[in-house]
Amino acid sequence: MIREYRTIEEVAGPLMLIRQVDGVKYDELGEIELPDGSVRRCRVLEVNGRNVLVQLFESAAGLNLSTSKVRFTGHGVQLPVSPNILGRVFNGMGEPIDKGARIIPDKLLDINGTPINPAARYYPSEFIQTGVSTIDGLNTLVRGQKLPIFSGSGLPHANLAAQIARQAKVRNSDSKFAVVFAAIGITFEEADFFISDFKKTGAIDRTVLFINLASDAAIERISTPRMALTAAEYLAFDCNMHVLVILTDITNYAEALREVSAARKEVPGRRGYPGYLYTDLATMYERAGRKMGSEGSITMIPILTMPEDDKTHPIPDLTGYITEGQIILSREMYKKGFMPPVDVLPSLSRLKDKGIGKGKTREDHSGVLNQLFSSYARGKDAKELMVVLGEAALTPLDRLYAKFADAFESTFINQGFYEDRSIEKTLDIGWELLSILPKSEMKRIKPEFVEKYWVRKDGE
Amino acid sequence: MVEGKILKVSGPLVVAEGMREANMFDVVHVGEQKLIGEIIEMHGDRASIQVYEETAGIGRGDKVVSTGAPLSVELGPGLIKNIYDGIQRPLESIRQKVGSNITKGISEPALDRSRLWHFETDLKFGDKVKAGDAFGYVSETEVIRHKILVPPTQSGTIVDIRSGDFKVTDTVGRLKLPDGTIVDIKLMQKWPVRVARPYTEKLPPVEPMITGQRSIDALFPIAKGGTACVPGPFGAGKTVVQHQLAKWSDVDIVIYIGCGERGNEMTDVLREFPELTDPRTGKSLMERTVLIANTSDMPVAAREASIYTGITIAEYYRDMGYNVAVIADSTSRWAEALREMSGRLEEMPGEEGYPAYLTSRLAQFYERAGKVICLGSDARIGTLSAIGAVSPAGGDISEPVTQATLRIVKVFWGLDSALAYKRHFPAINWLNSYSLYRDRLSEWFSDNVSKNWMDLTARCLKILQIESGLEEIVKLVGMDALSADDRLTMEVARSVREDFLQQFAFDEVDGFTQLDKQYALMELIFSFEDRARKAVAEGADIEKLVSLPVRERIGRAKSVPYATYKAEYEKIENEMAEQIAELVQACKED
Repeated sequence: MIREYRTIEEVAGPLMLIRQVDGVKYDELGEIELPDGSVRRCRVLEVNGRNVLVQLFESAAGLNLSTSKVRFTGHGVQLPVSPNILGRVFNGMGEPIDKGARIIPDKLLDINGTPINPAARYYPSEFIQTGVSTIDGLNTLVRGQKLPIFSGSGLPHANLAAQIARQAKVRNSDSKFAVVFAAIGITFEEADFFISDFKKTGAIDRTVLFINLASDAAIERISTPRMALTAAEYLAFDCNMHVLVILTDITNYAEALREVSAARKEVPGRRGYPGYLYTDLATMYERAGRKMGSEGSITMIPILTMPEDDKTHPIPDLTGYITEGQIILSREMYKKGFMPPVDVLPSLSRLKDKGIGKGKTREDHSGVLNQLFSSYARGKDAKELMVVLGEAALTPLDRLYAKFADAFESTFINQGFYEDRSIEKTLDIGWELLSILPKSEMKRIKPEFVEKYWVRKDGE
Repeated sequence: MVEGKILKVSGPLVVAEGMREANMFDVVHVGEQKLIGEIIEMHGDRASIQVYEETAGIGRGDKVVSTGAPLSVELGPGLIKNIYDGIQRPLESIRQKVGSNITKGISEPALDRSRLWHFETDLKFGDKVKAGDAFGYVSETEVIRHKILVPPTQSGTIVDIRSGDFKVTDTVGRLKLPDGTIVDIKLMQKWPVRVARPYTEKLPPVEPMITGQRSIDALFPIAKGGTACVPGPFGAGKTVVQHQLAKWSDVDIVIYIGCGERGNEMTDVLREFPELTDPRTGKSLMERTVLIANTSDMPVAAREASIYTGITIAEYYRDMGYNVAVIADSTSRWAEALREMSGRLEEMPGEEGYPAYLTSRLAQFYERAGKVICLGSDARIGTLSAIGAVSPAGGDISEPVTQATLRIVKVFWGLDSALAYKRHFPAINWLNSYSLYRDRLSEWFSDNVSKNWMDLTARCLKILQIESGLEEIVKLVGMDALSADDRLTMEVARSVREDFLQQFAFDEVDGFTQLDKQYALMELIFSFEDRARKAVAEGADIEKLVSLPVRERIGRAKSVPYATYKAEYEKIENEMAEQIAELVQACKED
């Protein structure tokens, strides 16, 4: 029996308190019926005796304490799924907004998911070729990885994400592929950029979109990424597809979370974000992966803008502690006109070591990668010194390193958003660049590979 | 059996009334699904309970039943090679039972109830045993001989005991206590996780735990029975350092606790360790490993318990006289779990919202490490080393968890993102890291490796320190301004960094370096310095000296396999002598 309550006691910000409620469970979904018949949704945050504290998903405008009715549904927030969700557009609460037919559900799934048993995971190790040298060559992405893009306001993270979505492929494999895209509080233009890019490439038919725009209710953002991930889990683990999930922008998500936390008067952690931000983010990010009993996989690319380009801000910081690496975009590179403006040195892919090498990419990959990294780091140091003291202050070797760093930025990094490089091409460019340096500097590469791949110049 | 009703649910915190008769820290079953929880506060007949599982679907009026016992772990054969969650539920059996996601309310015994173990004993009727003595043995894995110990609280006379094949719950014998009661002897016993297992006496640790990691063994060694922490920002390589320690440390048992970290990292250990061979036993590394996995998406309260579960299992093996290492990744997530519960309990927060008891809880954990004389008549010695990763917010080690940890542990391996960006791994910053065991272990190193070990390692530290000073000068006035001697110092320091400290964890040869090879490598680098310094004094050109072909050979010396390194290093040494002599000769002729 479903009971209706007219006992709303208070509404403050996104929170609402209802008195004299019986039989309500923690995390249950509730519906609020307004006098005009419209229905809004809420979720139970706390049960305390007969008082129930709920969080609204939409704005509280028009809510009347005495005439609005609340009923509880007996279950958590759910998403109806079926294979037909591909190609559809939903709002942040999982309702279709593309004027298409209603989804006839195959299943109703709780959007919170359940943790994957670590004993049931497969370690991600299949190389995904994104065609972007800085990713494939240096920060290799593998199937089932969660690799965020740390960006700043005004940097072209959308272009990079779209490029990855467009070009990503696993070589020698013809498995089913899908994209799940969640727009979390981004502007119409940015969302439109992705949608038209998906349309242009025809990818839209195998894409599921969840759109919460900047103008939509901020609180809805708390469920948007979970909706998207639930859809992704269904496609990956029930339909055995390889799913690429793009979540943008996590910063907006964290702010919505902070809003609720502040309204509850919780003890804040750093910068006003709740102490459980890490755990909360983890319950989303950890849904990426591969697991036993299913062919599919979820590869996740969350995008977040670092406030003030500050990597130590809690959102990028906690994200970095959970995800398996990060691609960081740099304003300096962007201003120099190098696209995609990846800041190579602090970028990282933790899972690369098992995804590269013979049989996966190429035998020399690991050595080349380490050599490129350390040479570029030394070259940048040399360039810094050069700025202060002039070229003459450098040793002849450091001068070569400086030259290497420049060439590395203008060719290896600067490939533009529309060039699709194979991994062999990426590595060959790497060798070409390394030949600026003396052969004896190739300490990170096994001698046999140096012999095999060294680009010989005249006179050698 | 105390039964109460739920009043309040707020995330992992549940308040129930009607619990006056229950004890603090009793385990309770919450709701119809029998979620596992623990009483952490009592106010009159109201108990605050932290629930180790997701509480969605729990509401007012649901019943709470106390089990009357504190949170305990099952100790006995079958722990090794297993993977458990934070409250010791076996994840592999759970996977077989419910599939690849962890659902709520599963109860599964930690030790396999159906497996037979071969128990052997030399004891017979009438033998007297005291707490900590062994009733007998079980070969748990090919390398671990599991002693079945008399529980720390018992002693008495054997009434009945026999060898044979038994399940962990079978009675293998009976023991008559001094007061005349007779208790069954089983292969399995239970112990509450929040209580340290007793020992006879604690001893100062004097033997190093050899890790095969050059920057650790040579510069910042840890003792068997010691404590260490590895703080570092994300991406600095904490996990790789921890994995390397779990793989290569010369201990008998490793307990690896993944506390609020990535699922894939645990999977990595689970899939990789069985494939790796322990260099000391020649058997698979999994044969000595127990995994505790409470990944970041698993319920937060169980994360708090996972640390205690891990260290209690470690103490149990220590009590058998083994060298045990507990590796916890990461203690910051554990502290965050404390903070979350503290917040829900509406306690007055300390620094950055962490509870005021953070330091004392951390201290309690690390103090369970140590070298001890175990209970029992044979006065065997066991060690328990504890190594905790710390994930400071924003990489800033002035935050409360790092600072509280540093006040307790004796070794600090500070990871540095600047080094990581240059792909200098392990990114242990040599300028701010320290080991308070260096002096205490010096005798062992002098006796077992070389008399000069301490001198050479001190020389490494010193030259790196000088380098950092010289670097400041170079930044101001350029490399040219340095004297030839200082140039050489810079080059040798670079060699120490690149040719000695840098170690590639995923390389077959380089991943682990024996102590004598570490020593030889240092010798090689400093032999170059000595010869080059002499050559500079004799007028040799520094540019030519530092670009001698032999330096590339030194650079690759670390990847020479152990079997051939002696001959190879001797060749390098000879080449070095020759090339430098030639250079000096050429200078003189000019």
